[in-house]
Amino acid sequence: METLYSVTVGILTACSVFLILRGRSFPVVVGITMLSYAVNLFLFSTGRLTIDGAPIYGTQETYADPLPQALVLTAIVIGFAMTAYSIILAVRTRGELGTDEVNQQDNSTEGNR
Amino acid sequence: MNLLFIIFAPFFGALLPLLVKRASRPIKTGVTLLIPVLCLIVLFQYAPATLAGDVPKQMVEWLPGIGLDFAVRLDGLSLLFAGLILGIGVLIIGYAHYYLSDNDDESRFYASLLLFMSSMLGIVMADNILLLWVFWELTSISSFLLIGYWFHSSDARRGARMALATTGAGGLALLAGLLIIGNIAGSYQLDDIFAAADQIKAHAYYVPALILVLLGAFTKSAQFPFQFWLPHAMAAPTPVSAYLHSATMVKAGIFLLARFHPVLADTELWFTLVTLTGLITMLVGAYFALLKHDLKGLLAFSTVSHLGLICMLLGIGTQGAVIAALFHIINHACFKAGLFMTAGIIDHESGTRDMRKLQGLMSLMPITATLAMIVAASMAGMPPFNGFMSKELFLDQALQQHLFGGLSWFIPVLATVGAMLSVAYSIRFIHDVFFNGEYKELPKKPHDPPRMMSAPVFILAFLCIAIGLAPMTMVSGILDQAAAAVTASPVDVKLSLWHGFNLPLLMSAVAVIGGIVIYLARDQLFTFNRQFDGQDAKHNFERIVQKASDAAASFYDRLDTGSLQRYIAFVLISVIVVLLPSLSDLSAVTGGKPQLPVDMVSMVGALVLIGAAFATATMHRNRFVMLTMLSVVGLVVSLAFAHFSAPDLAMTQLVVEVVSIILMILALFFMPQKTSRASSGHRVFRDIIIASFIGGIVATLNFAILTSPFESISDFFLANAKSGGGGTNVVNVILVDFRGFDTLGEITVLAIAAAGIHKLLNKLKPFMPSSDIDGRPWHRIRHPLMLTTVANIILPMAMIVAAYIFLRGHNLPGGGFIAGLIVASAMILQYIANGVDWVKERFNVNYQSLMSFGVMTAALTGIGSWVFNKPFLTSWFTYLDWPVVGKFEFATALLFDLGVFLTVVGATMMILSNFGKMTTRHRPTHEGH
Repeated sequence: METLYSVTVGILTACSVFLILRGRSFPVVVGITMLSYAVNLFLFSTGRLTIDGAPIYGTQETYADPLPQALVLTAIVIGFAMTAYSIILAVRTRGELGTDEVNQQDNSTEGNR
Repeated sequence: MNLLFIIFAPFFGALLPLLVKRASRPIKTGVTLLIPVLCLIVLFQYAPATLAGDVPKQMVEWLPGIGLDFAVRLDGLSLLFAGLILGIGVLIIGYAHYYLSDNDDESRFYASLLLFMSSMLGIVMADNILLLWVFWELTSISSFLLIGYWFHSSDARRGARMALATTGAGGLALLAGLLIIGNIAGSYQLDDIFAAADQIKAHAYYVPALILVLLGAFTKSAQFPFQFWLPHAMAAPTPVSAYLHSATMVKAGIFLLARFHPVLADTELWFTLVTLTGLITMLVGAYFALLKHDLKGLLAFSTVSHLGLICMLLGIGTQGAVIAALFHIINHACFKAGLFMTAGIIDHESGTRDMRKLQGLMSLMPITATLAMIVAASMAGMPPFNGFMSKELFLDQALQQHLFGGLSWFIPVLATVGAMLSVAYSIRFIHDVFFNGEYKELPKKPHDPPRMMSAPVFILAFLCIAIGLAPMTMVSGILDQAAAAVTASPVDVKLSLWHGFNLPLLMSAVAVIGGIVIYLARDQLFTFNRQFDGQDAKHNFERIVQKASDAAASFYDRLDTGSLQRYIAFVLISVIVVLLPSLSDLSAVTGGKPQLPVDMVSMVGALVLIGAAFATATMHRNRFVMLTMLSVVGLVVSLAFAHFSAPDLAMTQLVVEVVSIILMILALFFMPQKTSRASSGHRVFRDIIIASFIGGIVATLNFAILTSPFESISDFFLANAKSGGGGTNVVNVILVDFRGFDTLGEITVLAIAAAGIHKLLNKLKPFMPSSDIDGRPWHRIRHPLMLTTVANIILPMAMIVAAYIFLRGHNLPGGGFIAGLIVASAMILQYIANGVDWVKERFNVNYQSLMSFGVMTAALTGIGSWVFNKPFLTSWFTYLDWPVVGKFEFATALLFDLGVFLTVVGATMMILSNFGKMTTRHRPTHEGH
């Protein structure tokens, strides 16, 4: 299970990184959002994987580690704030510059994106 | 009164002249003078103890963690320097009062001067070498302000920059050296370092430490090859030059050599480096002093030369040499300050400092001329002035040393040459200006200055004579203690003007005769030197600086291309390079914890997640599809949380997912629906490689974590959630109670992001397509009936669910975050279904206020615990028994969670409603949304 979990997180990360390396703002924002999912999964797993162990009194024999859960809950909300901010920034940039390219236009030598 | 007063009074006193900016100059001078005078009084209170051989000390803790304490001491060496700094400082302030013109801002001048004075006092009184360094840097900065005082002149700016760059670079070297010394000694306190002297000298890092400290000292004291900055610092007003180059700034380097003498000296390396540097500096300085036509230039190079002399004596390092060095420090301060002030008076009265234009001023300024002759004679080392005695001691020491074996004879010979040049340029200073024929037409007709302006020079000239005639009364007491501090052994100084007929006296006589001969032959010297005219230290220095800054600029241009893709790729590649080697051995990262068996649900979930992630990445050119795929990813992540025992996370992730996808679809409305051009195959290939490596690294790291044995601090939370926080849902108790401060920070971040978005949307002119990507116009029905009906039914249901989720949060999965996001989602649905105007008519809430109210509720709940004398955010709970409802728990954490709830609702709605408003053609004018 642990192998499967880490491979999945790795692939999620790789796909996000690929998107973040694109030359247009929208895929970059989507990449950041997906990366935040991967990071949340990663952080969550520092409490190790437990099945049927929700840390609520009286429901289980053994409990999963509640601390990473609490931290990741915070991280999800912060991640939302970041996604929202960056997507609005992208829209604003589009409105101001008329383009959604992430590279500076005047001295950019790489026209292939 | 205490020792710290001496440092802090001028430091904070620097504000005084600025506070009385509107007052007349005498008042400003008065308040400024008051400070060093008070300091002198305090100093005199401590002086008897120091002169009796005690070392008064004082310490205030500052940063004990790094060994930096505000520790000061007043040993003989400190007393000598502090006395000079304050004494000459008083004279300089008095002199500046007359020197500065009406256009000069004297407040700024006095303030910088006091700041500088404080930093110098800090250096000489510091008992902690890190503290010493702090003040060392402060002198570099404050001298920058002083040298660049006339900032409208480009010479002043350049001179100031050069001084700052040189002494600042030396300061960094010094810091490194001090850190090494402190590490070897195990403490930064001077006494501990003195005690560890043998250990330091024997240490393998002694050589680098010595070289670094010497770099600091030599740059500050303008020793060869760093002598170039000092003459350019002459662009400063003359009182500054007089102060910096007689008693302070450049003496700081000498002080450093003296201070560390017990620790670093007495080795072959010290002797060779310090003595030879001093010797070369003395000769080079004296030679150039003779060539300068500018009075201040002459004095600047003579300062370099005399500093070299002192440096050389400290290099020789015997008890006699140390006494001679310290004695010469006093003498040099007296005559050099006097000479600079004289030069300033001449400049002030005649309008020029060029010795080729000045001549025959004797008849016009007899008083100035007399005073100048006294101080110049002292510089030349003529009896009966004080300079004579320290020069005799110097020549005597040069004769006595046998440190270069058979070649030792060249030191006394070269010392005599130095003395000769010193005589020659002193004669030039006097003869060229005051004699050398009749007075010629000058910019101003000179006359003696107001008596008070020459008073400081008079005092200094008097000192030159007094010390010369009665050295034992004047200085032996302080020299005893200062030399004891430098040599770390008791010293009894014997000084007298007349030594009998001996070799040093003969050398002096040779020096005087030789000096006169050199002066007479000066024209040949000028002609000889004219061939080197192109060489100007300032130009060389600026060329080097220019080259360095050009190189930096071109490097920066290549690095900063404005391409985000490149930056990110660069960062990621660095990550790969750093991490890959240590992770490449897969067997080493396995921790050995037994793995859970893979169940069917996990397998399917993982495959869906992987598939959706790949789809998101590969279909990114069709953006709507990409978003759909992203939502699948988010959904499966939420299921993963649910599967791995994190119900709170699953719920949060689910609602966040809903809200962010809505937001992104909204954003997509303003963005191109498709990416028209594809990346080149080359780039895609490169990105895939980078992405795979990063993914591999993350997977490996995650695997390493998951399989390593597990110890957590969470047992505490698990054990205390009920008893300490009053809830059975441990995650929620952590959020609102144990780590409530984190949550408070988090909702603040959310609120800030929402406010930032609000600002970003302000006056946004969005790009608004009138049709979709295939050219079809938007549907004319803006609010479909089906959606409207469903939304209206869902809203109250969602509210009830939210209330339930919120209230049970402390004990079962749920809480303020989730409830807030549920309410927000239901509200957004209203906006989508019915439009902004429709919602506003029925529900007119200012979301900004709601959000701020939420943050305030949470913060006030936290502050509330102060009322009960408990730390911030301590929670309190009790059990209430209400009729019908039954027994239930009430916790202040619930109030906190209410704050979280309100913030989440407010922030989310503010983001989405503000943004959604953009899509409607008819934009409401009310600012409330």
